[in-house]
Amino acid sequence: MLSIRRELVDAIVAHARKDHPDEACGVIAGPEGSDRPERFIPMLNAARSPTFYEFDSMDLLRLYKEMDENDEEPVVVYHSHTATEAYPSRTDVSLANEPGAHYVLVSTRDEDAYEFRSFRIVDGEVTEEEVQVIDGE
Amino acid sequence: MAVEVRIPTILRQYTGGAKTVEGAGDTLAALIDDLESRHPGLRDRLTENGSLRRFVNVYVNDEDVRFLGAEKTTLSDGDSVTVLPAVAGGAR
Repeated sequence: MLSIRRELVDAIVAHARKDHPDEACGVIAGPEGSDRPERFIPMLNAARSPTFYEFDSMDLLRLYKEMDENDEEPVVVYHSHTATEAYPSRTDVSLANEPGAHYVLVSTRDEDAYEFRSFRIVDGEVTEEEVQVIDGE
Repeated sequence: MAVEVRIPTILRQYTGGAKTVEGAGDTLAALIDDLESRHPGLRDRLTENGSLRRFVNVYVNDEDVRFLGAEKTTLSDGDSVTVLPAVAGGAR
């Protein structure tokens, strides 16, 4: 199960809407081993594509060094699908390299409503999980 | 000559859980061969037919080796090598 604060859900959705029709991507870092998403880090989609995303390689290095220095890990790795459902594609599965992360997918195909779903992707296997949104604080 | 190599979480299964390992080699390709001798399986995750895999990023002293010479990038004693899988995907 992914437990995530409302403001972080809103931030992911806002990023996805802003970059639509291109895919948006980013990370929410949290203290190592805590499973608590805390620090919202929107990333640039270096592919600038409606059907593909990739973190810029130098941004990626900076991000991982920063998390390392802060004893953080990528608790959530998110991206949007802009014309299809919020479910990992074959590409998403084959390129998923963080077995400890919650892979969050947002779909912006509908202007008035969004889909926000979370998955574990381990060794090519996708498991959807419940999302618990925490209000307040 | 020794080079420090930072290993990403997903590949620590080949290094007994170690975050950093030491290796040696005049080029990145030679370093990867050296690592393979002690951490079997690692080479195949980094390269395919001798070339770096498209979705694996390797940095030497914080520079992306794609802009240096890819697997032919030369290494010097004390260099720091970082391996990071790309974070990528998409509906395509």
